[in-house]
Amino acid sequence: MKDYSSYIFAAYGFAAALVGFLTIKIALDYRALKKQLARFGDQEKGQ
Amino acid sequence: MFKYANPTHFLALAARLIPWLAGATALTLIAGLYLTFFVAPDDYQQGASVKIMYIHVPSAWLGMMCYMVMTSAALGTLVWRHPLADAAQKAAAPLGAAFTLLCLVTGSLWGKPMWGTWWVWDARLTSVLVLFLIYLGLIGLWRTIEEPSQAARAAAILTLVGVVNIPIIKFSVDWWNTLHQPSSVFRLGGPAISPSMLWPLLVMAVAFTLLFFTLHLMEVRNEILRRRLRRLSILAASAEDPELSAEAAK
Repeated sequence: MKDYSSYIFAAYGFAAALVGFLTIKIALDYRALKKQLARFGDQEKGQ
Repeated sequence: MFKYANPTHFLALAARLIPWLAGATALTLIAGLYLTFFVAPDDYQQGASVKIMYIHVPSAWLGMMCYMVMTSAALGTLVWRHPLADAAQKAAAPLGAAFTLLCLVTGSLWGKPMWGTWWVWDARLTSVLVLFLIYLGLIGLWRTIEEPSQAARAAAILTLVGVVNIPIIKFSVDWWNTLHQPSSVFRLGGPAISPSMLWPLLVMAVAFTLLFFTLHLMEVRNEILRRRLRRLSILAASAEDPELSAEAAK
């Protein structure tokens, strides 16, 4: 494990960062879209 | 099936499925990582560097599987005009690009200690790089064409043209003399890999597949909401400008 540990950690670290980035981006997009849609609902109620 | 072609029904189904899929992904991923680091032996030639295989191979499979999902969705757009097909296709492209990038980066990190180089213009590596570029092209196409139905048709045609690359990736190691090793799991004579390594690999492949379906479902849901928001924005604007009413009707 020792000789190759830097390659192994780099590979798993990159995988974790990529999956984490995708998951957070998609979740934040969802929150923002729900908020914007809710604003439209409020505007319609206000009219 | 067609009941869920209705975006409202689809959103309700997605809300129910996503937590279960996310839970199953987390559990399978934990099991896979445990098997990878504590059960699977080191390779007799490659030593511990073989641990990279457990993310490299599933990400390669997912990169190709994602493209096949997009191809089915492209047929759904062009042939059956399924209302969710282009949303499914658009949502899958960034995920396919991410898995293909992961395959390229982990392959490079595995190649350096084993082959002595980060990259070679070998048929397998080059065809996977082409797949990554096709994904980027598709993402670019969707961003360039403003009208969603036109973008969906153009992307569907490009997807169907690009599918020719999938068998090239799969059989590149058989058709050409490559530095990349031949298939060791999906081959005619059965897997050439020891069961002690095969099982952890299959568990990681299941975990990656579940991860893809979870993220894809979440991204399709976002795409439906994005379209709903676009329609509402145009409707709101058309109340002030009648010329936009026709656009909103699309």
